[in-house]
Amino acid sequence: MTALWQLSARQLARLVQSGEVSARELARTFLDRVDRLDPALRAFVDHRGERALADADAVDAALARGEPVGPLAGVPVAWKDNLVRRGEVTSAGSRMLASYRSPFTATALQRLEAAGAVLLGRTNMDEFGMGSSTENSAHGPTRNPWQPDCVPGGSSGGSAAAVAADLCPLAVGSDTGGSVRQPAALCGVVGLKPSYGRVSRSGLIAYASSLDCVGVLARTVDDAALWLRCTAGSDPGDPTSAAEALPEFAVEARPDLRGLRIGLPWELNGPGLADEIEAVLADARAQLRTLGAELVECSLPHVSVAVPTYYLLAMAEAASNLARYDGVRYGFRGAASGSCEAMTTASRSSGFGAEVQRRLLLGTFALSCGYQDEYYGKATQARERLREDFRRAFAGCDLLVSPTSPVPAFPLGSRIDDPLAMYLCDALTVPASLAGLPALSQPCGRTAAGLPVGLQWMAPPRREDLLLQAAHVFERHTDHHLPRALP
Amino acid sequence: MNAFTTVIGLEVHVQLATQSKLFSPAPAAALGEPNSRVHAIDLGLPGVLPRPNATAIELAVRTALALDGQIQPVSRFARKNYFYPDLPKGYQISQFEEPICRGGAVPIGDGRSCRLQRIHLEEDAGKLTHSDAGTLVDLNRAGMPLVEIVGEPDLRSPAEAHAFLHHLREILRHAGVSDCDLELGSMRCDANISLMPAGSTQLGTKVELKNLNSLKMVQRALEYEERRQTAVLAAGGRIAAETRGWNDEAGESRPQRSKENAPDYRYFPDPDLPPLVVDEATIERQRQLLGELPERRRARYRGRFALPEHDVVALTQDRAVGDWFEALVAAGVDAKTASNWTIGEVLPAQRDLGVALADFPLPPPQLAELLALLADGTLTQVTARKVFRHLCTHRVPARVAVRELGLARLDDPAALQPLVAAALAALPEAAAAVQAGKERALDALKGHVMRQTKGRADPDLVDRLLRAAIAALGPR
Repeated sequence: MTALWQLSARQLARLVQSGEVSARELARTFLDRVDRLDPALRAFVDHRGERALADADAVDAALARGEPVGPLAGVPVAWKDNLVRRGEVTSAGSRMLASYRSPFTATALQRLEAAGAVLLGRTNMDEFGMGSSTENSAHGPTRNPWQPDCVPGGSSGGSAAAVAADLCPLAVGSDTGGSVRQPAALCGVVGLKPSYGRVSRSGLIAYASSLDCVGVLARTVDDAALWLRCTAGSDPGDPTSAAEALPEFAVEARPDLRGLRIGLPWELNGPGLADEIEAVLADARAQLRTLGAELVECSLPHVSVAVPTYYLLAMAEAASNLARYDGVRYGFRGAASGSCEAMTTASRSSGFGAEVQRRLLLGTFALSCGYQDEYYGKATQARERLREDFRRAFAGCDLLVSPTSPVPAFPLGSRIDDPLAMYLCDALTVPASLAGLPALSQPCGRTAAGLPVGLQWMAPPRREDLLLQAAHVFERHTDHHLPRALP
Repeated sequence: MNAFTTVIGLEVHVQLATQSKLFSPAPAAALGEPNSRVHAIDLGLPGVLPRPNATAIELAVRTALALDGQIQPVSRFARKNYFYPDLPKGYQISQFEEPICRGGAVPIGDGRSCRLQRIHLEEDAGKLTHSDAGTLVDLNRAGMPLVEIVGEPDLRSPAEAHAFLHHLREILRHAGVSDCDLELGSMRCDANISLMPAGSTQLGTKVELKNLNSLKMVQRALEYEERRQTAVLAAGGRIAAETRGWNDEAGESRPQRSKENAPDYRYFPDPDLPPLVVDEATIERQRQLLGELPERRRARYRGRFALPEHDVVALTQDRAVGDWFEALVAAGVDAKTASNWTIGEVLPAQRDLGVALADFPLPPPQLAELLALLADGTLTQVTARKVFRHLCTHRVPARVAVRELGLARLDDPAALQPLVAAALAALPEAAAAVQAGKERALDALKGHVMRQTKGRADPDLVDRLLRAAIAALGPR
């Protein structure tokens, strides 16, 4: 018999709605797994324990009264430590906010709770989202459930590891340059980054505002779609949230991929890939053909400058976004005597980790007088070119695919001292981020060592429907998503 | 004559009269307990995003219309980055390369005007209070909506700078975009001043003056700076490009910051805010709400109402006063009477009561009822004023007040006859004087009757009755 923890979020919600299982039983089941498995993994930085059980009881009570409960009734959901929830600590993986409690709740979390979800706990991340391995966390690193010596990817590594280890069926993440998709690939789960503006950023601790997207880690494509339906939609709290509503669509609408032209941008499908990734992807492409898709070669010429473009823009915005952490009103305050300036310097020099300080200094430089045109200005132009590349590519095909990560999960500590090698982990995910496109990573095979490999899908702006339908076809006809990392 | 030409350009910050702040729902009121008017957005808490206030944008549009600027259909908010404890986010949301308005002008009298370079929206910072115990931060003001109005260096004297601010304030008050109070900080002015040799077109090195908290201070500080720069240049010295703070008590400015130490603000478009789009409908609506500007209104009062200049000026200093006057005229009061009562009675009474005109207890239609009783002879000037004062504190119709006070005009000869006789008995010398041809002596007799009736007697009737009674005494 299938255990509760092996079921999808949709299946679990149905069991709760029909009264076969109580929300408390679900919360208990997953909290027990967290207690048993997480001390070794460290996917969570904190779980809500009794408070989660109390929330589950509230769902059960509502059901008992015959009140309507949402499509996520009783489903335990973890969330990345950079989405605030009223009264809870939100640290963004930083010493700077180690004891910071928010007076309000992120819109995405509010909507999940309104849909009946039970918030289980916060997951680990690279400090302020800056990293691709979850090693840059004030809480220490998270381990990959498939291979404990390896990283889970990042920055939403805690959320990816939690879902991969079945500590929760859904975990909220955030994706600025690949922070949902890359850890999803390295942990063998589904990772969805919606279109920019699709899910409100209100309550998401900003890294780079023009790129930040709230996303989700899930076991199945259908669960990712379910999550999107519950969280998408405009929000007065986020002036960049999209006005147009998510279209009504069924994930299982397509029996196969016939009639779809799938583009293979050669810049993302060859250069710099590890051999074992290339081999798995070749099989995946063959599978797409078998499912009826027409695969076409295409080109995104400006992908060659996507990584420097991304890092310039993200660091510049970060330097401004993180200026508020000055030790004056909240957060870590460094010991300093004399001037306010000395206090702010001390607070930032010891409140932020090394990678955050590196990015803030580079970002400040990229915006400074005399260099702004050369760096920030050029990057803004390059971003426009890349958007244009995508417009051209989508004129000739419906969707694009590539590997999600050029490498599988790598050993802890192997890249942390080489920022450039770490930045190149994002080479395949940053193009969709820069263009604001919806993108998804799903498991598509394994390396000889048994490490998961991710297939990345990219769709035209606001075409999450197409993205999720195609990925769902691939999932239904393959079994890469089925193996469990931990019993 | 002076060997130098003075060149002055003003930058004026005006606080827009909105209910809430520019990017947060906190009340836009800088007063109150420190940090009591503060939303999570104003504190720059993690995860907050700005929420643009539509009213502030509309008032900026109205400001641009009032000053004849070109409203930009698309503009952008930008971040001005610097660290300071009164700046919660570490950046101020302002507009830089793409302001909401370009151009425009402010009249400076005699049909001349000073061009504007631009008008842009921005949020205010908080306030620091330094004490022995340390520095205190109050963020009530943080996030207040401002427009910055940047003038071209068209002004040639401190007096012109004064005229610029005087007209600007008058226009913006009329437009209803701000109360423009320099003392309270809802209007703040920085002045740039430089000197160049007379006849030259090459601008000299400019100095920025700050801390100018009244119209007079602006003029005094500029006059001081004009003298200081003249002395430096005349002695063959050079002007340092710097910011100087005006100290009004000492009557001098002091250096605050040299331009070499100016911070690098690293402006860039705010990625949290989409481009600001102002559509034609918004502009049209604001054009309607802008109404008539003071200069036009004065012309109309001179022409159509034929009011003397004193009245025209008094009625147009504030839009509300003119509106009040026009409401009286619209209610049927003739223009001169309406003007006299507005200036002579309503405004002093309003000041005594300490209320806004809008809250004045006797609105124009009710005052018009009272003035109708004056016009039809029911009341005299004296009794009308008495009823007016009564109505300022009692909310009853004018006719009721007249009855309650017993102030209706006495115009019954039978009732007045005994009072006339009493006056003649009380002042026989006056009666004799009148008989002797001294007309002015009649006033004493009239005054007697009026006093006895507390001003209610019809003066013309009393005049007639007195004359008849004196004639009846027969020749001496």
